Parts: sequence; structure tokens; C-alpha cells
Amino acid sequence: MSAEGIRSRQFSCLRKILERAGPVCHPDFEPSAEILNFISNDCKVLVIGAGGLGCELLKNLGLMGFRDIHVIDMDTIDLSNLNRQFLFRRKDIGKPKAEVAAEFINKRISGCNVKPHFCKIQDFDEDFYRQFSIVICGLDSIIARRWINAMLVSLLVYEEDILDQTSLIPLIDGGTEGFKGNARIILPGMTACIECTLDLFPPQVTYPLCTIASTPRLPEHCIEYVKLLQWPKENPFECSIDGDDPSHIGWIYEKSLERAACFSIRGVTYRLVQGVVKNIIPAVASTNAVIAATCVTEAFKLASSCCSTLNNYMVFNNVDGVYTYTYEAEKKDDCFVCSPFFRVKYMDLPHDGMKLNEFIEFLSGLQYQMKNPGIVAAFAERNRTLYMSGVPSIEEMTRDNLKKSLKELNIINGTKLIVTDVTRPTPLEIVIRFSEINN
Amino acid sequence: MDSNSPKSPEQSEKTKKYDRQLRLWGDHGQFALETAHVCLINATGLGTEILKSIILPGIGSFTVIDGGKVREDDISVNFFLDENDIGKSKAEAVTRFLLELNPDVHGDFIDESLQRIIENNPSFFNSFNVVVGTALSELEIILLSSKLWELKVPLLICRSYGFIGMARLQIKEHTIVESHPDNQNTSYRLLNPFPELKTYLESFDLDSLELKDLAHVPFVVILYKYLQEYRKLFGRIPKTYKEKETLRDLIRKGMKKDENGLPSAEENFEEAIKAVNYVLTSDEVPKEIVKLLTDDNCVNLTTKSTSFWIMANALKYFVEKEGYLPVRGVLPDMTAETKHYVKLQQIYRSQALRDSESVYRRVQQLLQQLNQSADSISEADVKEFCKFSHDLRIVRSSCISHEYLEKPFNSSYIVSNLDDPDSSMEYYVILRSIERFYSEYKEYPGNLDDHVEPDIVKLKACVSKLLSEIGSNSIIKDDLIHEFCRYGGVELHSVSSFLGGCIAQEVIKLLTHQFIPINNTIIYNAVSSDIVTFCL
Repeated sequence: MSAEGIRSRQFSCLRKILERAGPVCHPDFEPSAEILNFISNDCKVLVIGAGGLGCELLKNLGLMGFRDIHVIDMDTIDLSNLNRQFLFRRKDIGKPKAEVAAEFINKRISGCNVKPHFCKIQDFDEDFYRQFSIVICGLDSIIARRWINAMLVSLLVYEEDILDQTSLIPLIDGGTEGFKGNARIILPGMTACIECTLDLFPPQVTYPLCTIASTPRLPEHCIEYVKLLQWPKENPFECSIDGDDPSHIGWIYEKSLERAACFSIRGVTYRLVQGVVKNIIPAVASTNAVIAATCVTEAFKLASSCCSTLNNYMVFNNVDGVYTYTYEAEKKDDCFVCSPFFRVKYMDLPHDGMKLNEFIEFLSGLQYQMKNPGIVAAFAERNRTLYMSGVPSIEEMTRDNLKKSLKELNIINGTKLIVTDVTRPTPLEIVIRFSEINN
Repeated sequence: MDSNSPKSPEQSEKTKKYDRQLRLWGDHGQFALETAHVCLINATGLGTEILKSIILPGIGSFTVIDGGKVREDDISVNFFLDENDIGKSKAEAVTRFLLELNPDVHGDFIDESLQRIIENNPSFFNSFNVVVGTALSELEIILLSSKLWELKVPLLICRSYGFIGMARLQIKEHTIVESHPDNQNTSYRLLNPFPELKTYLESFDLDSLELKDLAHVPFVVILYKYLQEYRKLFGRIPKTYKEKETLRDLIRKGMKKDENGLPSAEENFEEAIKAVNYVLTSDEVPKEIVKLLTDDNCVNLTTKSTSFWIMANALKYFVEKEGYLPVRGVLPDMTAETKHYVKLQQIYRSQALRDSESVYRRVQQLLQQLNQSADSISEADVKEFCKFSHDLRIVRSSCISHEYLEKPFNSSYIVSNLDDPDSSMEYYVILRSIERFYSEYKEYPGNLDDHVEPDIVKLKACVSKLLSEIGSNSIIKDDLIHEFCRYGGVELHSVSSFLGGCIAQEVIKLLTHQFIPINNTIIYNAVSSDIVTFCL
């Protein structure tokens, strides 16, 4: 049978939706056989993550007519994945997720061509990402989300300050935690991006060091004590903690029990120790199914224009009944990532007496949530590296700058700084403005 | 290293595999899943998606009922079929692929129609903990609903239709001890502390403490002190916003001043200020619980009463005597020195123990009166029941067939919802009408390309008839009826997958008696990406 024959047979259900007109369809929708053709042959989709969401995304895409699909995942399969990552079996433990998932889908859904990439998203450059029509993320890492978000923004082309729509690659992002989840669509440069809504990712709960060290009350405090203070001091296995090594977890469990006993604190369990050390987020098959389905429904709408898309954020929770809430996350005009490149990005600082390390703390704070920013000042005569933690030799050379004030580092109103960080593929150029100048 | 005697419990393969979900429903929830048997009627795309998300977490066993053969159309929406299955038994084909998902799970299939099973073996469904039906006809819904209502087996019926999904729960009564609310209630009992707590709270003399020691006092001690002060000043407890603000001011004034005369921002004082509103109301018995304790099943125990209601009756007795629900015995974290916090925790925990012992004694008396065996309810059961007594829940739904056979008892609810133009009740009416359409014409409206226009007229007639039976004068827009005919009865995989995830979770809720199920109908609209709940 011809390939054409298989396809038209397989997707009779999609064809009803795509080839029939209706009074409540989207005004731009023109039903035709071409739409399914486009979805199957020309709409190249990138799936980032082949985990709980990723497995579902690939299955849904394949059954919604998409055939040219790439998937990136840097992880290998673990036993604890099998309660939800349904493309994997016991025999697959230790193998790359992307490869096993792609092979499974290609075998089950004839005509579907999933191409796996067992690597990090950072291993690819702009040319790779430019080939896709839609990118869908099923990630647990916020840094990776921010990186791909900034990457897609960097692909935007402006002609005479007008965004060239053909350079726009929509980003669909899903996330889950237990029975809660969210899905959103980002049209880079046009609607709120990941960076515009950074406040949706509150920094991970951390306990104050003084609580951990001197006034522990919860079993978590005791575990954190062993993890952060006792392990480095005693260095029982002469290496850093490996959360997947049972002897490491066992050691932390025993020491945490001892510490808890000293303070009459109850509730240290092996499961809790694992959860705290590995920062485990609970996950079930059902929530992943719901969120991945939402993402692919939206991809289908984008690719077919058959009805209006989610605008632009959905929250889901099914602890008490089933609850959804959709709203429009707002784009920030002065977003450091998605505002047009020709727009100067100002960073307002209180005064030039601010020390460089305080400035770095500010960049790492709630507003910008950078991880390990490297900072270069663009002076008229030449660029000068102020601090960079990534490269040990440069770190050593620039360490003394941390205690200097920005004024001492010759940073004045209008100085341009070039900031690099793991949260973005390209450097950020910002112009400093001080509210107050110390004389 | 002294790890020659490893004390750490070696985890079993199973706890490792299920780790991410055990953190949500615990080992007891997992046990409930693993001992359950679920039945799926019709191996649609939606049906297998539901099964997928309960097989992966380890349901005990499942049975698939479907008398159909695999057709070409089925393959494109069902991940658990492939080309080689065309012409084979659909029930058998999906069961084979589904079983690959989890070797811990048993599964079988029956290659027969639902109607035949109900006719030939009326008690067939007795052995299931939950039955899920997808894409059922009107007649099948009526037969199944009345049968399962009689057998007291929970039933979920659902449908995935174009961009619209629907699910409905039928259950006579479902009781929940662990509802897992987002904000767990902690009753601090500061308005009327039990003796041990009172002694402890009054053992502090805040005025004599050094700044450094004061900063280590738990906020409950601070709040209690200023609450007492307020009572002394005004002779009652603060009720209005203004009165509460006065109490907050008292606490603010109590903060020690630093060398500049400014109040030192102590976290525990801040916590006390923030907790004012909550602490003043958290000791009350929540309305939901008052309702539950006055429920007929709670008040009038019989020899057939379940453990839940026997414990509820004992709880009612306790509340009438004490004026409060039992103390939970779990203390949230707060700024405090270890010894204060641990002491306070012990005080609450001992009281929780005393309270639950008192309820347990009552339970024992009741069991004796009801001629039930003394060990049918354990002390641990009662402890859990008391611990979660602020958040107990019951769900009771209507019987679906009653609504289909007679003028619906809930017609006024449907009518008033239809009058609201923003309500999604019209989707319910159209989906019901489509069931009628199918019964009459043996196919879905718009199934064939050249039938779309004539089927719109026929479906409209079904809609009008149903509306008049319900007693509604509302008009359902032709455009919407047209849209449903455009779908031609198709299932879209991503819509089914969404709904499948939701319904699988409802099954898990029913089996574990944890979390709160839908009550009782949801409509999913994949165009607007939202869900509406109706209590039919």
C-alpha cells in the first residue's frame, strides 16, 4: 500500500475536523486536505524532554498527525521512571530516554519519524533550532526552560523594527508537580515569555542556615544539616553526594536519625531523606497525561488554525474535583529577554556604592534569578571582565573585584555591562542607571 | 566509618518503582490500588488512556469488555492498537498492549457486548471496585447505571467527542478521611486551651526575657499572651477587623526596642501578627463537618453502618461533650528554639492521643451496641480519623438512569443553568441528544461527509425534544449543533488523553478513599481549554 494510502486511512478522524467547515471555527480557518498534509509533512516539531511529559507528548503528536518530530533528552532510564514513563520497560533501564522513546513511537505508529538526540539542549546552536515549526517543552529544569526561551527569542528577525512573523517559532511549555500542572503557549516577541513571568517560579524552599545549625525543629532540618554541614566535614566516601547511591543515602539517613534523636525530633524516614537529598518532586501518570495532552492540542491548533489557541496560560489541579483556570500572562515591555533587541535594556540600581558581590546577589535575587553571572564592563577603550566564576583562572584574577564598589570599578551612569549566565544562550547587554550617586 | 551495621531499611524494587507516587498517596493508598479490580467497557482511545494511567501506578487487575473488532479508524486514535490488529477482537488487542505497561498488573478481556453480559450474568459487575464506561449508548447507560446503583458499585461514564469531553460519576456514597486539602487546618486552641497547653503557655514571662531569648519563643505563646491582655482590656475576644487590628497593635507594642528605639523585627512576633485572623476562627467546627455530623447516616447507626459512620458518630459524641474537634497533634514549623518547639509539639501530640483514645472508647461501645466485632475498627483507624477530622468529606451522587427514564428530578438545576448564556450546560444537552440520535439512527450525526447538513436537522429535533422533556424554554444555538455534526462522532486523541488522565485520577480517588472526586459531572472544552463541573 502506498504511504499516501496509509495516511489517509489512519487519520480519517482528523480529516473530519480539518476538512469540514463550521460556523464556530476560527475565522482564519480554511478547511482543506492541505492542512493535514502540512501537519504530516512540513510541520517539524521539537520535543524537549523524553520523561513523564515527553513520552506523552510524542505519543500525542504521533496520533494527531505529526510525523517529523525530534526529541532531545540527556537522561537515561531509571527504575523510578516506570510508574509513568510508559514507553520504557525494565529492560530499558540505563538506556538513553530519547532513543528508547523514539524507537517505540516509530514502531507503534507507522509513518511517524521521531529522531532522538541523547544530549543537552545547549549542545545545539541556532541553526539547529531554526529548522522547527513548533517547540514543546516537557522539562523539570527551570534553567533549561529559560535557555530555550531565550534561544527562540534570539532567532527572531526584525525588519525596520517590525517583527518578521516567519522567524517566530512558538514555544509550548508544560510542567507538573503531583496532581497539579500548568501549560502555556509563548509566541516569542509577541506574548509573555518565560522570563516575563519569572515570578511564577518561586526559588526552591531553603531553610535558613542558622535554623539548620542551631535550632532544628523539623526532620528536614536534620537532614539538611547532615547534607550541608556534616557530609563535607566528614567526607565519608571521599566524594560529593550521589543521590542515587544507596550507601550515600544510607549514611545520611543514619546521621540524620542521630541528629534528630539529640533534639527529640521525630519523623526522619528513609523516604524523606531521599526526597530532601534528591529534591524529589512527586509525579503520577495521570497529571502528565493531562498536561501533555493540553500541549499537543495547542500544537495541533497552531499548526492547523482550526480554532483559537489557549491565551495563554492554563493551571490544572485535581486534588479536589477537577479544576482548571486559564488566564493571559502579561508580557513585560522591558523584559530582558523578549523585548526587541534594538531596545536598550536599562538596569536601575540604588547607588554606585553597591559592591560588585552585592550586584551579583541582586542579579541572583528574585527579580532576575541568575545562577552564576559573569560580568564584563564595556568601556569605551576596551572591555574589562569584572567577575567570572566559571573559569577558575579568571575567577582567581577577578575575585578581589567582588569587594569593590561599582564606583571603584569605574561604572557610571550609562556604562554598558555584558552579563553571561547559564539561563541564556547569548550574553545580556544592560545599561546601568543609578538612582543615587555617592560623592 | 561505623556503617558496618547498616540500619537503613533496604528499599524493595516495588517501592523504588512507585516512589514518586507513594509520596502522594502513601503505602496504604498503594495497597488499596493493588488490591482493586477495575472494569472498562469499550476499548476506545479514551478507554485505553484511562486504563494506561491506572495500570502504570499498579492497579491490581483490570477487565476490558468490548464486543467489537478493530477497524481502521480505531488505530489512529488508540495507542494500544496497531495495523496488525485490524479485524481482530478489540478487547483482546488492547489488553495485550496494555499488559506490557506493567508486569505487576493482571488483565483480562471479554469479547462480548455489554448488553449480553448484563442479560446473561446479572451479578457480573459485583466483583469490581469501579466500572468505567466509554462511548456507551443511551440504552447501555440506563441498563448499567441501574444495575450498578443496585450493586453499589461506583460507575464513571465518559465520552470524548471532537473537541468536547464529558465524564460523570455515579456513586451512592463515598466517604473520605484523607482529603489532602492544600491548607491543612491546625487548631491551636488558643481561645480555650486544654489544661496542659494552658499551663505551658502561662509558664512564660515574656517581659522578663532578654531580647535574644524572646526571639526564640514560639508565636503561639506570644499570641496567647496578648489575647489574654486584650480580653482583660475589653472583656471579650476580638471579632471585627478593627478589634483584630487593636490586638495586632498590642503585639507590635510588645516587641522589644533596639538601641535606636525602633521595634526589632522579630520573626516570631511577625508570625503572631499574621496568625491573628486564623487563630481566632480555626478552633470552630467547620460547617462541612457540622453537616456531616448531623447526617442521617451519622445520627442513626444501624448494624449495617460502615466504620466511617460509626467513627463519625463517636466523633459527634466527642464534639458535643468537648465543644471541639480532636486536636490534630501536628504542629507546623514556626520560628522557635528547638526545645520550645519540641515541647509544644509534645503537648499537642499528647492531647491528640487523649482525644483519639476518648473517641476510640466510644467507638468500642458503639461496636458492642451494634453487635459488630470489637476489632473491626482499630485504634490506628480512629487515630487517623481524628487527625483528619477537620477535613472529612462525603460525596453522594444521583443515579443516572433516574434522570434518563423520568422527568429529571434535577430538571430545575439544568433549566436554570441553561438560562445562563455562559454556562456549558448546553454541551450536556447536546451530548445527551447525540446519544438519542445514535439510538435512533445507529450512527453519529455527520458521520458521513454528505450527511452533515441533513443530520443537523435531525439532531436539532433530538435537542428540542430533550429540552422540552427537561422543561426548558432555552434555545440551543444552531451553530453549536452544527459544530457537533461537523465532528461526525470522531475522537481526537489529545482530547481523549486529557480526559483519560482526569478520569484515571478519579478512579484512583475512589479506590484509595483519598482526595475528593468530582461531584458529579465535568464538561471539558478543548477549544477554551477549561473544565466546568455540574452537580446533576
